[in-house]
Amino acid sequence: MSAPLGFLDRSFPSRCSGQGISSSDHVDGGVEAVLGLPAASIRIPRGTRLAPLLQACLREEQNSALVKFLHGTTTLAFVFREGIIVAVDSRASMGQYIGSGTVKKIIEINPYLLGTMAGGAADCSFWERYLGMRCRLHELQHRERISVAAASKLLSNIVYEYKGMGLSMGTMIAGWDKTGPQLFYVDSDGIRLRGTRFSVGSGSTFAYGILDHFYRWDMNATEAAELGRRAIFHATHRDAYSGGYINVYHVKADGWVNLSHDDSGISKYAEYMGFGSKLPPSIAPQEESSTQSEAMVVES
Amino acid sequence: MSQVNPLHYNGGAIVATVGHECVAIGADRRFGQAQLTLACDANRLVRVHDRLVLGLTGLATDCMTLAERVRMRTNLYRLSEKREPRPATVSALVSSLLYERRFAPYFVEPVLVGLSADNQPYCCSMDLLGTPMVSEEFVAAGTCAESLYGTCETFWRPGLDPEALFEVTAQCLLAALDRDCLSGWGAVVYVLHGQGLTVRELKARMD
Repeated sequence: MSAPLGFLDRSFPSRCSGQGISSSDHVDGGVEAVLGLPAASIRIPRGTRLAPLLQACLREEQNSALVKFLHGTTTLAFVFREGIIVAVDSRASMGQYIGSGTVKKIIEINPYLLGTMAGGAADCSFWERYLGMRCRLHELQHRERISVAAASKLLSNIVYEYKGMGLSMGTMIAGWDKTGPQLFYVDSDGIRLRGTRFSVGSGSTFAYGILDHFYRWDMNATEAAELGRRAIFHATHRDAYSGGYINVYHVKADGWVNLSHDDSGISKYAEYMGFGSKLPPSIAPQEESSTQSEAMVVES
Repeated sequence: MSQVNPLHYNGGAIVATVGHECVAIGADRRFGQAQLTLACDANRLVRVHDRLVLGLTGLATDCMTLAERVRMRTNLYRLSEKREPRPATVSALVSSLLYERRFAPYFVEPVLVGLSADNQPYCCSMDLLGTPMVSEEFVAAGTCAESLYGTCETFWRPGLDPEALFEVTAQCLLAALDRDCLSGWGAVVYVLHGQGLTVRELKARMD
């Protein structure tokens, strides 16, 4: 009855103790036993046709206010000479309605690890918080910080346990361990990829366009942060389901720092595409660059 | 993010408000294809004549077709009657053009505002089959119509003069656009009053 990893508990009627406890670790009795806590578990009803039921209940077209999805999102992260830049938008959409424009989509797992949110808001924030706890337990048991590879694999193994049951998350795990800066993509299908450049969400294609064109490995931190901001900005401009504020973090050898929090809809638009916008010379339009700006003039 | 409703495919929103011997109509500027924003210079407001503006939102192709058909019919009206059509006349025209296509409708939500010869305001919205809904307060249509009704219920008062009516309409529109993914990216407000027609372009969030 017990699953090898994570919270999975397939015996609905059982309580949080006794039979049906899962959440095992390789320590006998699981992490909760180590801490002397009652075992946590997510209870799943008996029966075999669970996936279609959950999918019907949680489908985004139903536009249910009960389930706050953030399917529309743009997040990106890339490795460069001085570490990793992580940049995200902050719009939470429920169908076409904008639930919030100030969501924190970068999750601070611990001072050395960051996770990003795309897909289901609750799924990402819950499982990345849980991952934070597992990372801390690893530190206590092994007297050293967990590697980014191991942390991302913990997450990927947990979500794989729930495959087909409606979990929705596309996340990047970024951190610095003794092997240097490391970046992984993990999603609810069970994919886990190591890489140097990822973008996730409905606006990711737009962000990739900017990112791939301007990326250089030997950028300094200021240039890299500005590239992340620009890529997210252009995604928020073109993608209806991305927007709000642009948050940028930098992962360094001694942990992450929060670099900026800018409004993409007004101030960044004015800076990047309004009057006196500073486009890089390589892509600056020759003559008619002010068509967009003139549309912004308030005339009476 | 599949958008199957043709009324929401291209995005867009329109609001119209009634004041004292004046009437205002505002619209956003987005033209999209589902989640992709293609342009920020869409024009949803058709000036039928100086005292009558027709706003069309919904499926862009149908909006354009209907706007052209209204233009043809009002031109024919001018030729035969030697005068401009009254607001209620154009309302009946749009309504019958829509009901003509009862079983293959144009996917549009029209909003019509106008001033009569003695500056009495006229404000009317329709569904896609042409049911006219005349209002002496305000009407809204498009992808954030619910939010627009909310902002209008909050900010609108009877008897506003043209300047105050512009301010109320603009703020109601901008507030509602900020809660909608599929409309925004700039806005425009027309105010019809005794002295003529005032057009103001608004800055809006571009995300």
